[in-house]
Amino acid sequence: MTVPFHSDKHRYVGGNAERIDALDKVTGAAQYVHDMAVPRMLFGRMKLSPHAHARIVRIDTSKAEALPGVRAVLVGSELDTRLGLYMIDKFILARDVVRYQGEAVAAVAAESEDIARRACELIEIDYEPLPAIFDPEVALADGALLVHPDLHTYRYMKGVFFPRAHSNVAHHQKIRKGDVDKGFAEAYRVFEHKFTNPPVAHAPLETHVTIAQYLPGSRAQIWTSAQSPFTVRNLFAVAFGLPHNSIRVQIPYVGGGFGGKAGIHLEPLAWCLSRKAGGRPVKITATREEEINTLPSRQGLKTHIKTGVTRDGKITGLKVQFLWDAGAYADYGVNIGRAAATSGAGPYEVPNCWIDSLVVYTNKVFGTAYRGFGHLEVLWGVERNLDLIARDLGIDPYELRMRNVLRAGALTITGEKVTANHGRPDLCLEKVAQEIGFENRPKEPVDPKKLPLRGKVRGKGVALLQKAPAMPVFTACSAIIKFNEDASVNVLISGVDYGQGTYTMLRQVVAQELSVPLDKVQVVFDCDTATQPYDWQTVASRFTVMGGNACIEAAHDCIAQLKHVAGQVLRAPENELICEDERVFVRHTPEQSLSYREIVLGYTYPNGNSIGGPIVGRGRYIAQGLTHLHPETGQGKAALDWTYGAHGVEIEVDLETGDIEIVHIASAFDVGKVLHEGMCRTQVQGGVIQGLGSALLEGFVFNDKGRMLNPSFVDYKLLTAKDLPRKMSAFFVETPQLDGPYGARGIGEHPMVSVPGAIGNALRDALGIDFHDLPLNSERVYLALKRARTAKA
Amino acid sequence: MEYDVRITVNGERYQARVPASLTLLRMLREVLHLTGTKEGCSIGECGACSVILDGKLVNACMVLAVECDGSVVRTVEGEGAMDKLSDLQQAFVDNHALQCGFCTPGMLMAARELLERKPDPTDDDIIEAMAGQICRCTGYETAIEAVRRVARKGQAGGGK
Ligand code: FES
Ligand code: FES
Repeated sequence: MTVPFHSDKHRYVGGNAERIDALDKVTGAAQYVHDMAVPRMLFGRMKLSPHAHARIVRIDTSKAEALPGVRAVLVGSELDTRLGLYMIDKFILARDVVRYQGEAVAAVAAESEDIARRACELIEIDYEPLPAIFDPEVALADGALLVHPDLHTYRYMKGVFFPRAHSNVAHHQKIRKGDVDKGFAEAYRVFEHKFTNPPVAHAPLETHVTIAQYLPGSRAQIWTSAQSPFTVRNLFAVAFGLPHNSIRVQIPYVGGGFGGKAGIHLEPLAWCLSRKAGGRPVKITATREEEINTLPSRQGLKTHIKTGVTRDGKITGLKVQFLWDAGAYADYGVNIGRAAATSGAGPYEVPNCWIDSLVVYTNKVFGTAYRGFGHLEVLWGVERNLDLIARDLGIDPYELRMRNVLRAGALTITGEKVTANHGRPDLCLEKVAQEIGFENRPKEPVDPKKLPLRGKVRGKGVALLQKAPAMPVFTACSAIIKFNEDASVNVLISGVDYGQGTYTMLRQVVAQELSVPLDKVQVVFDCDTATQPYDWQTVASRFTVMGGNACIEAAHDCIAQLKHVAGQVLRAPENELICEDERVFVRHTPEQSLSYREIVLGYTYPNGNSIGGPIVGRGRYIAQGLTHLHPETGQGKAALDWTYGAHGVEIEVDLETGDIEIVHIASAFDVGKVLHEGMCRTQVQGGVIQGLGSALLEGFVFNDKGRMLNPSFVDYKLLTAKDLPRKMSAFFVETPQLDGPYGARGIGEHPMVSVPGAIGNALRDALGIDFHDLPLNSERVYLALKRARTAKA
Repeated sequence: MEYDVRITVNGERYQARVPASLTLLRMLREVLHLTGTKEGCSIGECGACSVILDGKLVNACMVLAVECDGSVVRTVEGEGAMDKLSDLQQAFVDNHALQCGFCTPGMLMAARELLERKPDPTDDDIIEAMAGQICRCTGYETAIEAVRRVARKGQAGGGK
């Protein structure tokens, strides 16, 4: 007979099965909080501040309260709870002072959206405008007005973050490695460059939306469009002093997040409105304008880099100041300043490094996590800086990168030793450079004065990237696999799949580990803190590694239980049993076997005696080997794993309009192992386009009073199907991560990182002009061309 | 003011009394409970609310329900038949042409309207037809490819 096991029948890892959520999503059956209504539900709306900084002198809600259909009106003075993930600095509604234009000052719950909107209009608020501060550099100056005069009294995660009392600095992250002055003394040349990034909108297509209900006994039922059910629950419990098990957070399908739905947002406000409305559930759906102007965005950044290099381009010293424009609150933003600093040299070996990363309060909409968590911003400067240096030294930018790139044996700027299993940025760079023919480009430097007034010119650029998950040292995840009557399984896990495709990938992993067909595995949507096991947050490209490991362990736990029961029935020791193709076999006599179905709920002998019982597998994973960073030097192990990558891009610039067209963008990432071909490829496609948005178009514009001028899709443009590159290609390098599932690393955020740097470098190649500020929109390019043409020699 | 509106949606006839200011989008979602059609901006800029109104693609957030009296509307819920996906839906599934899925109903309607108007579209036609549909997740390429495949098979036609 043929041996029944060791077949490839249930080998799914690396495959390309259809998405687990595809059917619901193409038929309109997928239910989002956006679509939900519950009986007796009220509609909540917010009244927003028109001022960037002002004292609230008087609020009169009487007219709003008198409007028929209004069930609750709330103002900040009724709610003294501050919220925040790392820095607890934000009231649910502004109290006494508003700190940015768009901040919520009051809220209403009413029988309909229209009544709630009308009631908000009827709330009268008198403000006394205060001077405001919009530039983090100004906010740092001595004697600058303070956005948070009480900063020294705030609670925050101690030992990790270092706010400066009586200043606008919410966090100061230091990285100190070697002796940077010595590095500069040894240098052949020292360069200084400055770069900026504007704040940017996440723009998930489903705006933030929450339904919350105050239940008797001060309990909470929450349905929310959020990334992290357990973090919503935890922050909620801490804020209101409630037991965790009195709060139930449920998350159905989510219409995109990109970091903007990590942490906690509208949930507490909706619950407080419900409490005031006698326990009727309240739904708050952010308008698009609120999504952009009231809810948090990506922080702006100002970078100042000083680099010492040898004659042949080896970096001897790097001194960097990152000034993060946190906006009015830094609850999550402090960790971006921290995490991005640990990556502040890019994937390069720097023997002497000094970084000050300052997260600075200003009177603008506040910042939060956004796909890449500070890395797109930081690497814009790092990768442009290298090209500037390469040109001045007369070294090819590819070559300069290869001379400095991290290789096994190197020490990162936080003192982590790079090993052969860390991944290979050099191979990623090599691949993308090859793909776009970087070597064959014309190497004559372009003189912008000599460019014709019309027509198109081409240029090529490359950029490297790296990112590790940014998360607390104790970050953990767990998974439960429970068998059903037909030996199918439900996988319970609380990372949320808001489109990344993680559940589709996890299904493959579980099916392979259990050796069952794919359709026997359901990874359950609708995360529910009441029934599903703990996970920290769905952020940081950590879910593949942590969720994957937890699922593998849970599957192994199932297998052990299957063998335990089968061993008794088949009278064989467990180590002589093999689980394959939904059966447990005795290895040396495969004709002796039991189907999973006979065991998964308990085995019944012919005489009726039963043993075993329902099989429930349990798996968990906690980040391994992370350490706190030294407060003065930033030395330590902050990274679970590093995913490295590179982009190579060829662009065509219209000399008349400044428009940039992407001819080809090639991207490569060392993902350790491609767990699902389609999910990896589509993450790259979507991420690269999002990165192109940051590179070419996106950024908030404020007037001199701090009012945002583009808080809608009319004025804040996203790329459309018309703006796609003529060619996009994605490549994967597979250097296994020792502790990743099948060797895999995360890939969710990385595709967008360093896209701007590659374009900026290509622009230099095409026009001979250096750009330091994002976005590279046609207006900026056009004006730079004009300036360069008219500049005196 | 309230008005009676008679409307046929996905082949089923409905009648409702609605305020003059109610949009077709809100009528579909809140009155008829057809929540497949989404709202992403409510000002005609994202295409999440795209439906086919009397054969034409419209942003349902920009049309008043009262204007639709006597009209025939098609939404994502009518795109396939029960347990049988349409060719377009199947192509979206096969190409992983969705991630969060929030733009997907609108994308499908835009693609369907194109294929009915022009069963043999060029790539430019497809891009033009999809250009009003904002997607923050996928980067569009997979959706364009899905439509291309259906068009190349030349078997455009819903499940119904
Ligand atoms: S919701 Fe209608 S176009 Fe955006
Ligand atoms: S799939 Fe998320 S917006 Fe298109």
